[in-house]
Amino acid sequence: MKHGKWPLIVTFLVPPVLLYVFFVVSPYLQAFQISTTDWLGYSADANPVGLANFKTLWHDDYVWNALKNNAILLGLVPVLTIVLGLFFATMLAMGGRKGSAGVTGVRGGALYRTVYFFPQVLSVVIIALLWKEVYHPNQGLLTSAVHAVGLPAPTWLGDPATAFWCVLAVMVWSNVGFYVVLFGAAMSAVPKEIYEAVLLDGASRFTTLRRVTLPLLWDTVQVAWVYLAIFALDGFILVQLMTNGGPNFSTDVIGVRMYDTAFGSETKFGYASAIGVVMFFLTLSVAVLSLRVGRRERIEYS
Amino acid sequence: MNRRDILRRSAAAGLLATPAAGLLSGCATSGGGDKNDAETYQGTKSAQNPLGVKEDAPLEVVIFGGGFGEEYAKAHEAMYTEKYPKAKIKHSSTQEISKTLQPRFVDGTPPDVVNNSGSSQIDFNGLVSQNALAGLDELLAAPSLDIPGKTVKDTLLPGAVEVGSYDGKFLVLNYTYTAYGIWHSAKLFADRGWSYAKTWDEHIALCKQIKAAGIAPWTYAGLHPRYMSWPLISTAIKFGGPSVATAIDNLEPSAWKSDSMRAAADAWHQIVKDKYILDGSSGLDHKQSQTAWCQGKAAFISCGSWLESEQKDVTPAGFNMTIAPTPSLGSGDKLPFEAIRGTAGEPFMVPAKARNVAGGLEYFRTMLSKKGAQDFTKKVASLTVVAGATEGVELPYGLSTVVKALDASGANGFNWVYNSFYRKLERNLVDAACGEFFSGRIGPAEFLQQCQKGADSIAQDSSVKKYKRAA
Repeated sequence: MKHGKWPLIVTFLVPPVLLYVFFVVSPYLQAFQISTTDWLGYSADANPVGLANFKTLWHDDYVWNALKNNAILLGLVPVLTIVLGLFFATMLAMGGRKGSAGVTGVRGGALYRTVYFFPQVLSVVIIALLWKEVYHPNQGLLTSAVHAVGLPAPTWLGDPATAFWCVLAVMVWSNVGFYVVLFGAAMSAVPKEIYEAVLLDGASRFTTLRRVTLPLLWDTVQVAWVYLAIFALDGFILVQLMTNGGPNFSTDVIGVRMYDTAFGSETKFGYASAIGVVMFFLTLSVAVLSLRVGRRERIEYS
Repeated sequence: MNRRDILRRSAAAGLLATPAAGLLSGCATSGGGDKNDAETYQGTKSAQNPLGVKEDAPLEVVIFGGGFGEEYAKAHEAMYTEKYPKAKIKHSSTQEISKTLQPRFVDGTPPDVVNNSGSSQIDFNGLVSQNALAGLDELLAAPSLDIPGKTVKDTLLPGAVEVGSYDGKFLVLNYTYTAYGIWHSAKLFADRGWSYAKTWDEHIALCKQIKAAGIAPWTYAGLHPRYMSWPLISTAIKFGGPSVATAIDNLEPSAWKSDSMRAAADAWHQIVKDKYILDGSSGLDHKQSQTAWCQGKAAFISCGSWLESEQKDVTPAGFNMTIAPTPSLGSGDKLPFEAIRGTAGEPFMVPAKARNVAGGLEYFRTMLSKKGAQDFTKKVASLTVVAGATEGVELPYGLSTVVKALDASGANGFNWVYNSFYRKLERNLVDAACGEFFSGRIGPAEFLQQCQKGADSIAQDSSVKKYKRAA
């Protein structure tokens, strides 16, 4: 068997690696190179300008405004999504109590899980359009509900004071379902005996969650954290379709800024690439940081 | 498709697609890509063939698949092959002009005719400043295909050439003719005994009456508030004359803070102050606000002449939408009440590196023939830049009011082009200022200040090519 190892490895590994390098890695590298030019994107002419694009970026108020919004998303979206996801998953996995020692979910758990997962089945584009109608200031579901209890409703997406929070709510809504299922799967892998032991010791549900479930789920939560952080630094489609960064740039995010710079209001591909490079490093730093911070608290139970 | 796909695909059409393009053309940043020059098609010029089309040369046409569809283009292509039966036409249609064609521009192998339109059209400032477009002067000088004794230029409506010209060079053929005005339902007005007001004071009085009748006088697209900059700037131009527009187009310092702009902004602030705008308008997109208007929830809306076909599906029968010019500010107005903003739209272009440039120009000549123009108007209910091409064509109600308004406006018609010179200025900056102004969060002075700040930021941006136009 040993003599046939190398041909096998070469045949099965080298072509995919080459494809990956060519189609995935090289564009990234080229983005770095383009970001140091004044390329406008519709001819082959580009002059190297060094770090001028990054210098302009540093003084670009619109980019800073977008970054500020991304920072708020980064602070809130993962926390809200994970807390809600954990809460729902806990309810589904151990919300009900059968007898004195059994640990079961609430009745109809499968149905709930399907319902929670529903947003994940829809395309993000559909989610954006759907919520745009929910937020319709005159006929929308939300507006009507607020009116029904006799309160005045804001114009949701039309007001800089509310638009950002409306988009943030949709981001959380569209993500929670996936993490409910993810955490649910992780919880079902926790040995039942642990819960039975805890129950016999008379721990409350909250203590069980905080002291037992959460530590055992820590790896999964950490993965969720990294994913959600990357999502929060992106947020592109929902923002672009729901508000396109408006009103008055109140919902702008860095992804929309990049798209707008390359394809929207102007065609500055060099500058857009510079924004992309900044995004790349921000995302990378956030991912590395969350993995580092998380690693110390790892708990093993097997 | 998930979110990462879209982001990657969009932001990286350039970044992802360029490696392939880069290999072909010697890399985007190394300045290659001229190797196709030898293979351009050129025939001999004659009286029958003034543009020198090589009769068996293939022609590639890319059409924006938007509100007009693509059937009209297929008809034009059929007319072209009637004259050049040996020419093979490659037709395609897309909504993503920019992303589809961007790599081909870089590669130096663009199609011969591009209908650069829609929300993902390619920014013209970028194309023009990179010399990516072929000049169309030869086309203007060529004789019309079926209007005897006239050159193509003679058959065009006023302003059609100007709006496609950059620094005096005619580069973009805008095929449709669009009027921008204030729309109302003739039926609603007749039922209630209202008539359209010609002065601003009368307009405000009418708004009061409309509101008293339980209808909101105005609505607008709050998510694209730049739609409201059109009547506001129109009011200023009618008050102060066309120089108001040239100052804005030429990015003159304090062009946005001229007395005329101030008077117009003060006037329009009245409808905000008096709450003459449908509640919640600031949260509606263009379709939602237009639909509210079609449902009779508001009396006026600002839009261009594409409104009728865009709203075809939701307009009640007998609604009779009617376009009207903005009201005059007073007796001191430099332009009469009838003056309306009319401009050529729906841009078509021939890339400079197209292999069949002559064929592209000839295709334009076909579009601009009387037969081609009439066929277009019949198929998509929109006017073309060809003068008199609507003769004998039965128009829908709204479009007939557009024709009447343009006739009445005549030589007093006006236009501005800063939005095609500097797309970002209108799409981002003036748009944001309009949103704040028409939702009542800022007053007229601050509104003009914000617009001026936007214009100044473009003027100071050395990476944006500047254009000037004469009055």
